Amino acid sequence: MIGLLSLTTFAPLLGVVAILAARALNGASGKTDTLAKWIALVTTLVTFGLSIVLVAQFDPKNPGFQFVEDIAWFAGLHYRMGVDGISVLFVLLTAFLLPICVVASWKSVEKRVVEYLIAFLVLETLVIGVFCALDLILFYLFFEGGLVPMFLIIGIWGGKRRVYAAYKFFLYTLLGSVLMLAAILAMIAIAHTSSIPALMTFKFAPWLQTWLWLAFFASFAVKMPMWPVHTWLPDAHVEAPTAGSVILAGILLKMGGYGFMRFSLPMFPNASELFQPLVFAMSVIAIVYTSLVAFRQTDIKKLIAYSSVAHMGFVTMGIFSGNATGEQGALFQMLSHGVISGALFLCVGVVYDRMHTREIAFYGGLTSRMPWYAATFMLFTMGNVGLPGTSGFVGEILTMTGAYKASTWTALVAASGVIFSAVYALTLYRRVMFGEITNPQLATITDLDTREILIFAPLIVSTLVLGIYPNFVFNLTASSVDALVGAWRAAVGG
Amino acid sequence: MTFSANFSLVLPEVVLAVAALVLLVAGAFRGKVGPIFTLAAVAALIAAAATAVFGPHGHAFNGVYAADAAATYAKVAIYLSSAVAIVLGDRWLAQRGDQKFEYAVLVILAAVGMGVTASAGDLISLYVGVELQSLALYVLAAMRRDDAKSSEAGLKYFVLGALSSGLLLYGSSLIYGFTGSTHFSQIALAAAHGGTHGTGLLFGLVFVICGLAFKVSAAPFHMWTPDVYEGAPTPVVGFFAAAPKLAAMMMFARVLGDAFPASGDKWRQILVIAALLSVFVGAFAGLAQSNLKRLWAYSSIANVGYALLGVAAGGEKGLQSMLVFMVLYMVDVTGFFACLQALNRGGKSMETIQDMAGLVKERPGIAVAMTAFSLSALGLPPFSGFWSKYYVFGAALATGDVMMQWAAVLGLVGSVVAAFYYLRLIKTMWFDESAGAVDAPSPSARAVGFAAAIFSFPIVLVALMWLDPAAKAAAAAFGHA
Repeated sequence: MIGLLSLTTFAPLLGVVAILAARALNGASGKTDTLAKWIALVTTLVTFGLSIVLVAQFDPKNPGFQFVEDIAWFAGLHYRMGVDGISVLFVLLTAFLLPICVVASWKSVEKRVVEYLIAFLVLETLVIGVFCALDLILFYLFFEGGLVPMFLIIGIWGGKRRVYAAYKFFLYTLLGSVLMLAAILAMIAIAHTSSIPALMTFKFAPWLQTWLWLAFFASFAVKMPMWPVHTWLPDAHVEAPTAGSVILAGILLKMGGYGFMRFSLPMFPNASELFQPLVFAMSVIAIVYTSLVAFRQTDIKKLIAYSSVAHMGFVTMGIFSGNATGEQGALFQMLSHGVISGALFLCVGVVYDRMHTREIAFYGGLTSRMPWYAATFMLFTMGNVGLPGTSGFVGEILTMTGAYKASTWTALVAASGVIFSAVYALTLYRRVMFGEITNPQLATITDLDTREILIFAPLIVSTLVLGIYPNFVFNLTASSVDALVGAWRAAVGG
Repeated sequence: MTFSANFSLVLPEVVLAVAALVLLVAGAFRGKVGPIFTLAAVAALIAAAATAVFGPHGHAFNGVYAADAAATYAKVAIYLSSAVAIVLGDRWLAQRGDQKFEYAVLVILAAVGMGVTASAGDLISLYVGVELQSLALYVLAAMRRDDAKSSEAGLKYFVLGALSSGLLLYGSSLIYGFTGSTHFSQIALAAAHGGTHGTGLLFGLVFVICGLAFKVSAAPFHMWTPDVYEGAPTPVVGFFAAAPKLAAMMMFARVLGDAFPASGDKWRQILVIAALLSVFVGAFAGLAQSNLKRLWAYSSIANVGYALLGVAAGGEKGLQSMLVFMVLYMVDVTGFFACLQALNRGGKSMETIQDMAGLVKERPGIAVAMTAFSLSALGLPPFSGFWSKYYVFGAALATGDVMMQWAAVLGLVGSVVAAFYYLRLIKTMWFDESAGAVDAPSPSARAVGFAAAIFSFPIVLVALMWLDPAAKAAAAAFGHA
């Protein structure tokens, strides 16, 4: 019945209750805000602890769903939860990033702290729920529900054009999602079940698969985001507060990739094969085009946002390569990008908190004043570029190898993206960090304080550990990925 | 069937009619309304709902009146919603020093009319119910005699309502002329064996559908709605948007499900067009509104479009979806208008979107509740509005009919357009700077608003476990007139 998964998913809501209670008892005051921060931190850490227990108890040899909970609901729907090798690591990633977000917001968020923390905790529940849900409607509840807290996070605590960015984020995603909802309802009507495991083996007619695939694609491509529906992302990132960007890049984008692996590939294998060239084309355009766009940005956050789109191009390419190498690479790339891009946004947050601007031209020569910061930023820049030894390398090389098996040209063009990413990332680093300090306002800028070092330490460790010992991930994912690829091959007869 | 057997079937309406007359006399003699008066009116409605639930099922007066699961389902929702309207309206009028005993009496009379239409098994009982309901509602819209807008709303509602009643009556006479009966079951028999008089019958059906579309405010017969909603007193609007809408959808279900179940290919396309027009008119016209009552009028037009899609899907599944949809929608809309009624600034009602600026700082509870209603109207999970759309679009997609499937997809796209104005309200409440202090809300309105918000989420997740089978049983009752 109710087990570890539900506990992990809904643990953050207990924190929400505690915060509301603290607010009710203390009234709105600075003391309440501090207390709420501690409650949020403890809650997210407990959730992280639960997710570690989850991964520790996870049986990597079993390709099926584990920790399954199943309670009949109404009209044939079920409250059905479970994780397999593909989803379990996303739960871990989410639970890992949330405490970091809370600490990162410790000082930078000053107004309406209680609401802010509640939004984050609710978001955590919804995101973990997305990865655990094994019922289509339950999945949709979590998937769509996440729009509201993110809308509020961008709209209330965001920058100057926050309202525009919040609308754009919401409406873009909603349009994709309602098409997916239509497909979900059609699938339930045809298959007479909303169970995801059952639907993964249900054989939809090929012509129907095409339509359903397109509807799901509309939603996941926006979420991912893939070129040309990526334009909401730079706006949302630039306007969102630092922690909001971390969540957005680190976790919310992964819901798109996860969706492709959970729904598009196993449920619509023929359509996935049919549309493989389309996805490849969109992926390499994303890799090359958005890398070039990133190069031209004057805002640090926007540059990183575009680089996220480019990196997601590798992910979609890997997912639709249809072989185990590509899938593993895509999964790994998503995890690694979750850590690295989250860390990069936090790096931007560090200087933004001090100077309140993200203009690249404003900065320069920070190495002399902020050596620790420069070293940290260097590591994550290298991770973003895909330097061997960091986690970024593993994902890129595997997705490209996987794509090479499916389409040589795709891999070839995508490989140029690696060079482009080095160009924009290193240029950014040079302009912000190297040279003399010419801007007098920077003369008094301070290096990382203890709190910030605490934030970056786990991110640095995980980037290096994943880069040096990627088998930690592959051991967990291998059997599920093999099952996914095997089923796909069987369905398309390849 | 003996008279007493017939009588026991119509007992809910008898209870209410007697209560209305007693209250009318009491009010006329005493002249002023006390809490006991209001309490008695509410008690009568609850008693009528209980009578409907526990009373026997069957057909009374030679099939003119049907007491079945569908009627019970609708009546419980209508009577309870009317009871809430009496409490809210009474407080609202009292605040403005304009308390009238007629208010409760008129709501009860409207409820009797709605109950009769929900049970109609015959064109004549249907028409009588429609008129009783409508006449009471016209007066309710003009409840504030001294207010020019309220009088205007009443007059507009009356003129256009009379026109639609005319259409309904003309259609009924054509149907009677070409089938030789006003009984739904007889009409169903005649329509199934169509033959030579098919065209005339179709004309009658189209007129009846147009008349009903007026009542339910589906596009292109929606023009009266925004004006009436804007002018009528806020609690009355909350009532208009809830119970009479369900009653009108029940009329659709009765006429189409009981009298023309086999002519689906004839009425389905009309309903689909009206439904999609409503969805898009509601979505696009709502974008230009700054008055919340007008905005919610367009929102209700869009929602009626969704419910009509459920009726158009037809069959047990389609009608079930409409019944679930309407009840969930009623709770939401009642809650929304209760919140709106609770909000006053310096003694004046807050009715524009701009009035809501920064509301979350002034009245966090009400702001959160109104956010819940907006998200629910937007159809965002896990709020109740999502579940109503889940049912309706699920039914439309399950028909296997290509037209219905495209209609469902278009309807969903329309909901994204409408999302913009719901988001704008949320944005104004949450993102903008406060527009000044808000008066203390009246406890009853606030309580209703909060209760409805908690129902919208999370109670709905449990309530559906009970609502789903109830609506299913109700939907199964159609077609046995």
